[in-house]
Amino acid sequence: MSASVNRIGWASVSPALLWTLVFFAAPFAAMALVSLSPKGEDGWSLAAYGQFFTNPSYWRALTNSLEVTLAVTVLSVLLAYPFAWILAFLVPERWQRLALMLAVLPFWTSYVVRSYSWLLVLAEKGVINASLTSLGILGEPVQLANTRMATVTGFVHFFVMLLTLTIYANLKQLSPNYRKAAADLGASGLQSFVHVILPLTLPGIMVGAFLTFVLAIGDYITPQILGGNNELLMPQLIMMQIGRRGDFASASALSLILMAVVTVAYLVCARWLKIERT
Amino acid sequence: MRAAAYLYALAIYGFIFLPVAVLVLFSFQGTLFPIPPFNGPSLRWYAAVLSDARLTAGLVNSILVALLSSALATGLGFLAAWGFARFHLPGSALLRGIITLPLTVSYLIIGMGLLIFFNWIGFPKSLAAAGIGHVVINLPLCFAILYSQMGENQANIERAARDLGASEAKLLLLVTAPMMWPALFAAFFLSMTFSWDEFVISFLLTRFDTTLPVEIWNMLRAGLNPKTNAVGALVFGVSVVLAIVFELIAFRKRPQ
Repeated sequence: MSASVNRIGWASVSPALLWTLVFFAAPFAAMALVSLSPKGEDGWSLAAYGQFFTNPSYWRALTNSLEVTLAVTVLSVLLAYPFAWILAFLVPERWQRLALMLAVLPFWTSYVVRSYSWLLVLAEKGVINASLTSLGILGEPVQLANTRMATVTGFVHFFVMLLTLTIYANLKQLSPNYRKAAADLGASGLQSFVHVILPLTLPGIMVGAFLTFVLAIGDYITPQILGGNNELLMPQLIMMQIGRRGDFASASALSLILMAVVTVAYLVCARWLKIERT
Repeated sequence: MRAAAYLYALAIYGFIFLPVAVLVLFSFQGTLFPIPPFNGPSLRWYAAVLSDARLTAGLVNSILVALLSSALATGLGFLAAWGFARFHLPGSALLRGIITLPLTVSYLIIGMGLLIFFNWIGFPKSLAAAGIGHVVINLPLCFAILYSQMGENQANIERAARDLGASEAKLLLLVTAPMMWPALFAAFFLSMTFSWDEFVISFLLTRFDTTLPVEIWNMLRAGLNPKTNAVGALVFGVSVVLAIVFELIAFRKRPQ
């Protein structure tokens, strides 16, 4: 490879590289620096990180986030897997594409609007409470919105669609021969599922679950609109630092802690996350 | 067994469509609140949306930011994908890793970093700032899509063009880009949808002129309101039309 040809190569890759360095790496470094110089203090200090361990409400936000995100991930996988299975194996071949497109259509609602729509359903005078009281099942409306359950519902709604897509693709890639072979060897339907299909689709499930975890734990909209301020999740706590208090050091420190949590989740799932280049 | 399975599928469809159905139904509400009982249909809230200057300005801003940031992300991603696929550059794997790194960081943290960085260098909050943020989140995606589609077959055609005397710029513009158009279209289109829907970066990096999702967010402070339903239903309609167009164009040639 001659020098002039390599120069063309460098010229074509450097704009993207520069962009990433200036608008991603540099802001990241700025955030790390800011997190080390807390508001109202001179010089460097780890105080912004220290308050995370000393202030119980900060620690609470992290455990809330982990609890909600884990619940969302598990529930979404459990709901989406049988659904994807039905779409892949029970729905006739020529209807499958339409069935799948319908299943992910609300995916296209705008993010903010999707959470708002759940508020319409769950509000005190919303659809569920209105129907249940008019049917006489409930004497008076119960609180559904502004609860953890509302946050989980909003999240699960979104991620069931996402996971249905990924698990469906996974199931369709399996050769039908696996099931036939298992049946030939005398496995019942359940045995063939537990010992053959499930292990084969596990990597795909893990990729989907990891994606769910990462997207859910960093989301501000859903908990803010549906969960309200009764209990805070990490993204809400971060936004609160810069909103009311203008405390960029705390916001930066909390953001970096959140990133560390995602990195740990990545390391836990890493053995399943070898994404193949097709 | 089969009946139970279909019943389950039906229940999941119900769960998936419930909020959207409620959103659209009560966008036609005739009275002041988008809650039962339904009084309608009425188009008064759609009229209210279309005559709301803030919302229409937000709409125009959103389209502008999505178009420009996606064009930039696709262009930068295309150049980089071509460079890495066609030339042996030292440290290529590491550099490619750096370009795709932002994919693993949540939007909130990217937005926070940019907010602090722009604050520090004195770059004002603006639509341009939000657009820069959207390029940051979409560039890795565009790069990954285009890099995976840079095949040997196209490299041979490029060699032929070079032998016939095409300059590198001409080659990229007149040979490589037209050959890659399905991938370019997919990258551009995906960027558009992500930018169109993005909230938190725009929220952090804009001030007075802002994008549609942020304007909708501002409307939520007023509580439940059929006007929010109407604008939500409109955005949903636009997104579905775009999705169908994408499906038709991107998969048209795939043999069934």
